[in-house]
Amino acid sequence: MDDIFGIPAPLLFGQLLLGLINGAFYAMLSLGLAVIFGLLNIVNMAHGAQFMMGAFAAWMLLAWGGIGYWWALILAPIIVGITGVIMEKLFISKLYKLDHLYGLLLTFGLALIIEGVFRNEFGSSGLPYRIPPELSGAWDLGFMFMPVYRGWVVIAALILCLATWLMIEKTRLGAYLRAATENAALVQAFGVNVPRMITLTYGFGVALAAVGGVLAAPIYSVNPQMGSNLIIVVFAVVVIGGMGSILGSVLTGFALGIVEGLTKVFWPEASATVIFVIMAIVLLARPAGLFGRA
Amino acid sequence: MEAGRRRLLATGAAAGAVAALPRVARAQAAATIRIGVLTDMSGSYRDNTGPGSVAGTQQAVAEFGSRGFAVEVLVADHQNKPDVGVNIARQWYDQGVDVIVDIPTSSVGLAVQNVSREKNKVALNVGSATSDLTGPQCSPTGIHWAYDTWMLAKSTGGATVQAGGDSWFFITADYAFGHALERDASAFVRAAGGKVLGTVRTPFPATTDFSAFLVQAQAAKPKVIGLANAGADTINCVKQAAEFGLARRGIKLASLLLFITDVHSIGLQTGQGLVCSETFYWDLNDRTRAFTKRVLPRMPGLHPNSIHAGCYSATLHYLKAVADMGVAAAKGAGAEVVNRMKAMPCDDDAFGPGRIREDGRKLCPSHLFEVKAPAESRAPWDYYKLLQTTPAEAAFRPLNEGNCPLVRS
Repeated sequence: MDDIFGIPAPLLFGQLLLGLINGAFYAMLSLGLAVIFGLLNIVNMAHGAQFMMGAFAAWMLLAWGGIGYWWALILAPIIVGITGVIMEKLFISKLYKLDHLYGLLLTFGLALIIEGVFRNEFGSSGLPYRIPPELSGAWDLGFMFMPVYRGWVVIAALILCLATWLMIEKTRLGAYLRAATENAALVQAFGVNVPRMITLTYGFGVALAAVGGVLAAPIYSVNPQMGSNLIIVVFAVVVIGGMGSILGSVLTGFALGIVEGLTKVFWPEASATVIFVIMAIVLLARPAGLFGRA
Repeated sequence: MEAGRRRLLATGAAAGAVAALPRVARAQAAATIRIGVLTDMSGSYRDNTGPGSVAGTQQAVAEFGSRGFAVEVLVADHQNKPDVGVNIARQWYDQGVDVIVDIPTSSVGLAVQNVSREKNKVALNVGSATSDLTGPQCSPTGIHWAYDTWMLAKSTGGATVQAGGDSWFFITADYAFGHALERDASAFVRAAGGKVLGTVRTPFPATTDFSAFLVQAQAAKPKVIGLANAGADTINCVKQAAEFGLARRGIKLASLLLFITDVHSIGLQTGQGLVCSETFYWDLNDRTRAFTKRVLPRMPGLHPNSIHAGCYSATLHYLKAVADMGVAAAKGAGAEVVNRMKAMPCDDDAFGPGRIREDGRKLCPSHLFEVKAPAESRAPWDYYKLLQTTPAEAAFRPLNEGNCPLVRS
C-alpha cells in the first residue's frame, strides 16, 4: 500500500473526499452570508439558526404533512425565506443607517431566541430524518464506501453556487442588485424599488441557508444546535474569502473543507481549530481576505 | 420629658421587634431543605438529563410529602462548562442550598464534587459518567448514582468481546468523560484477550461530522468501533456509520454510553441491533412501570432513562436520610448526611433494593439491552430487549480497585 506522509493513500483520498463534502456545506452557507453582507451590509448571525430551520421545516413537512424530501427541497426554503422576509421588514430594515455592530447584535439575539424556542419544543438530541430511497446506498470505491447521498450534496451545492453567482454577475436583476449596493439613491432614482429588492435579497440569502438545512437533515441529527456548531466556522470562511465576495466565499468554503479533512488525519484534536488558525494568518497577511478588495 | 422617654423606649422596642423579624424568617428557612438541580438545559445532553432530571427530582419531592420540613427545588443550567457549574454551585451553597443533584458532564461533575466537599454540602451525582468520582477523586460528601464508565465498559464492552469482537478502535470525545470511558473499556478488552488497534479523539462539543473519523477507524480494520462519547455525538456516529456501510464491512459498533432517549432520536430503523447498558428501563418490571406512569406527566415528552430515574431515586433517599436525622442536624453537615445515607438501605420503584458503598458508589444491577427492530416494537418507547443482568455487587468496580482514599484497606 502506498503511503503519503506516512498515511496510507486510500485513507488520505477518503479524507479529501469527505473534506470536499463538508466544504460543500461551508460553501453553501457562506454564499448566503456573502450575498446578504454584500448587498445589505448586515452580518447575519441568524444564518445558522435559519439553516437549522430549513432542516426542521423538512422534518415538519414529512412528519406532519407527509411531504417527502424532494418537495421539501423546494418548499422548506420558501417557507424559511418568508420568515426571513418578515424578519427583515420588522427588525433588520430599521438598522441600515446604523453601524454594522447593531445588525450583528440583533441577528445574534434573534438566533438565540429561535434556537431556544426550537430547543424548548423539540429537545436537544434531535429528530430522525431518513435519506430518500432514491439516494440511499453507497458506491464501493475500493478505499471507502461513498454514500450516494453525500455525492448528491456536493453536486447540489455546486449547482446552487454556480446558479447564484451567474444570477448576480450575469443577469439584469443581478446588475440592479450590484448597482444598488454601490449607490442605492441613484438606482432608486431610475425607478427601481430598492427597499423591496433588499428585502427579497435577504429572503433569498435565508432561503439558501434553508436549502443547506434540508440537504443536511438526512446526515446530521436534526437538532436545534446543528446550525450554531457550523456558523462560527462559516463566518471564518467568509472572513478568509473576503467579506462580500461571492466567488471567494464559495472557493474558500470548498478549500477549507479539504484542509479540515486533512487535519482530521494528521492531528484530529486540532480539527476544530485549524480554520481559525488560518483565519488569523489571513487577517494578518491580507486583512481584506483572500478574494476581497481592500 | 417623661413622655419623650416613653416614646423613645417604644421606638426602641419596635426597632427590636423589627430586628427580630429576620431571625424569625431565618428560623423558617432553617426548616426548608433546598435542592439544586444543576444540569444541562440547553446543550447536547439536555434530553438525557435536563428537564427529565428536574422531573425525576420533583417527583421524589412530591412522593416524599411533608414530614415536618419544606423542600424547595431550584434549577440551573451549567451549559456543560466547569467554570459555570462551579460558580453556580458556590452561589447556591452560599445562599443555603443543601444538596446539588444530577451534574452531568464529567468535567463539571468532578469540579462541583470538589466544591461540595470544601463547603461540606452534599453532591448527588447522577448525570456524570466518570468512575473517578468514586475513585481517586471520591469525596466524603459525594455519592454517584445510576451508572459509571466502569459499569458501562464491563457490561457493554465485556459482552461485545465475548461475542467475538476482540479487536477495537475507539472514537473518543476529547474530555474527562471520553478518556475515562475509553480507559475503562480498553482495560476490559485487553483483560479478555482482545486488542486495541487505535483511537481517535474528537473535539467536544464542536464535532457534528464524524465521517472522517469513521473512515479512519475503518482503515485500521477493527472488528469493533467503540464509541466513547454520548448524546448528540453518539447519535451522529451511529447515523453516519450506517450511511458509510460499516456493518457491510463486518464492523460492529459498540455504543458504550447510549440511553433510551438517544435510541428514540436515532430511530429503530437505524438503531436496531445496537447493544447498550442501563440500570433502569421503564418496561423492566411492575415497579418500574408504576414509577414511569407516575412520573410521565412531569416529563418533557420523553420516557425516563437511567439518569432521570436516578435523580428520583437519589433525591428520595437523601430526603429519607434528612428526615431520619432531623433538618437541624442535616443542615450544613454534608458528610454526616452522606454517612447516614450510606448506613440506610435504599429501596425505590425505579431501582429496587440497593445500598451505597463507602467510596460513595450506589450499587444496583446493570442490564444489557439490545435495541429492537421496528417490527418487534409493539408500543411507543418499546425499544429494548433484555439480554442479561449483572447483579449489583458485580456490576461496579470492586471497592479495593478504585484507589479511593476513603476506603481503608
